[in-house]
Amino acid sequence: MIEIALRHAFADFTLDASFTAPPGITVLFGRSGSGKTSIVKAAAGLLAPDSGRVVAGERVLLDTARGINLAPYRRRIGYIFQEGRLFPHLTVRQNLRYGAWFAPKDAPREDAGRVIDLLGIGHLLDRRPASLSGGEQSRVAIGRALLSAPRLILADEPLAALDEPRKAEILPYFERLRDEVSVPILYVSHSASEVARLATTVVALDAGRVARQGPAAEVLGDLSVLPAGTREAGALLTARVAAHHEDGLTELDASGAPLFLPRIPQPPGSRVRIRIAAHDVILARDRPVGLSALNIVAGTIAEMRHGDGPGAIVAIDTPAGRLLARITRRSAMALGLAPGLRVHAVVKSVAIARGDIGTR
Amino acid sequence: MTDWLGPEEWRAVALSLKVSFWAVLLSLPPGIFIAYALARWSFPGKQIVNGLVHLPLILPPVVTGYVLLLTFGTRGPVGSLLAEIGVVLAFRWTGAALAAAIMAFPLMVRAIRLSIEAVDPKLEEAGATLGAGPLWVFGTVTLPIIAPGIIAGAILAFAKAMGEFGATITFVSNIPGETRTIPTAIYAFLQVPGGEASAIKLVIVSVVVAMGALLLSEVIGRRVAARLGGPG
Repeated sequence: MIEIALRHAFADFTLDASFTAPPGITVLFGRSGSGKTSIVKAAAGLLAPDSGRVVAGERVLLDTARGINLAPYRRRIGYIFQEGRLFPHLTVRQNLRYGAWFAPKDAPREDAGRVIDLLGIGHLLDRRPASLSGGEQSRVAIGRALLSAPRLILADEPLAALDEPRKAEILPYFERLRDEVSVPILYVSHSASEVARLATTVVALDAGRVARQGPAAEVLGDLSVLPAGTREAGALLTARVAAHHEDGLTELDASGAPLFLPRIPQPPGSRVRIRIAAHDVILARDRPVGLSALNIVAGTIAEMRHGDGPGAIVAIDTPAGRLLARITRRSAMALGLAPGLRVHAVVKSVAIARGDIGTR
Repeated sequence: MTDWLGPEEWRAVALSLKVSFWAVLLSLPPGIFIAYALARWSFPGKQIVNGLVHLPLILPPVVTGYVLLLTFGTRGPVGSLLAEIGVVLAFRWTGAALAAAIMAFPLMVRAIRLSIEAVDPKLEEAGATLGAGPLWVFGTVTLPIIAPGIIAGAILAFAKAMGEFGATITFVSNIPGETRTIPTAIYAFLQVPGGEASAIKLVIVSVVVAMGALLLSEVIGRRVAARLGGPG
């Protein structure tokens, strides 16, 4: 368990955030400038806040009230930087060993062989960072942080510098980290799909303050914390793989509601989490007939919100979980949508992006 | 080489090598320290330190040599103190090494400072988050990365020390076997009739040593660059 409470006045905004991070991946989510990176830097000791407290497990890393401020190298924090920051003069093996060498001998640590297998970097050990691809460098950077016997792992937009295929390559490793490693991870992101894939807990930040904290599905479904431009909005559902059909579709069972989507690799019975983007959801008052879309889920409108633009966003509570739909205000008026109304949410199967499907 | 060079010429070459070697070796630690301070720290009087380091580059060498004589001569403020513990620099080869070190110092500091400024402080930050204290970070991250710069600086300083004339002859004179280095020996040979042949030989040695130093620094620089940047 990690406790963080920070106050720091910057020239253009004030950071005033406090939250706790349970085991798993806690994603700090918000637009750039919302204070995500400052929080991570303060946790690592690379930024001295005006006041604050950072506790990792039993260990107080920072407590300005008591005059405690551990130097970065005494904090035992595994920091995964956006640019990797591997040591160019060392081989991959030496990079991986670097942190372990400074960790106390009795510190609980991950098994090096297991981490190397988990990250698939066994064949790179004798190479130098300059000869690795971007994705390989990212994986080595993850391994280096993990093997330093950290109390906490900080990942500051570790995928931001990678192109889409590389992101798709690295995301599964973070999923495995979340599911197989006991060290809590604080993960900075402004990508809703990364949040949907990885987050156990989401801390939504807005202008230096915590707007909302909670389990990923709850926070993502909360209209009040959505960034003003709701283009990235989407709901997170958890489901079980029910069957793979011969026509190339996979059938999911989302708490009793069937959902069809293009074939995914997870075997029947496994748990998956899928993000359904709000702009891929259509709403209908009556159950549509003669429609090509395969997924039609009935539910009740829980909330509606619209900004200055032509769009509106509607949250629908369905048996499968909360769905978000981004529609026009004109449609909302025409249909007479209002909280409490029964509607049918329509999702095209092919609209569900493969990158938005993760394990668990 | 001993056959080709007469005993007097050979003594000048050997002395020059010895003087330059010690000059470079002893000025490396303070050179790295000052280069690091100038590259990374801000402190009051930084510009003064920077100016003092570079002064020997701009002053006439004779002036530097005379200042050394006034300071480190047996009756100078530092020289008299050193004399009490039995260290005499004036008119000794050790003094020649000091003069060469002072004259080569700006070149060495410049080369090392440039390489320190090229180190990404983010790598050092990464070292700290992995548990390395400041000295460990310097030893395991900064130092290996700037090693090519240090080697280049040392070679440049060595070449400069081999060629030092003005400050040396002013501070420690031109005593055969004690302070007669290659440049002062060439000067001495040119003062006597029939000395040109010896002078020419020493000129050739000078050129060979200087070219060798340049080639060596090129080779080392390329090898290190290949290690850091190329396929490994």
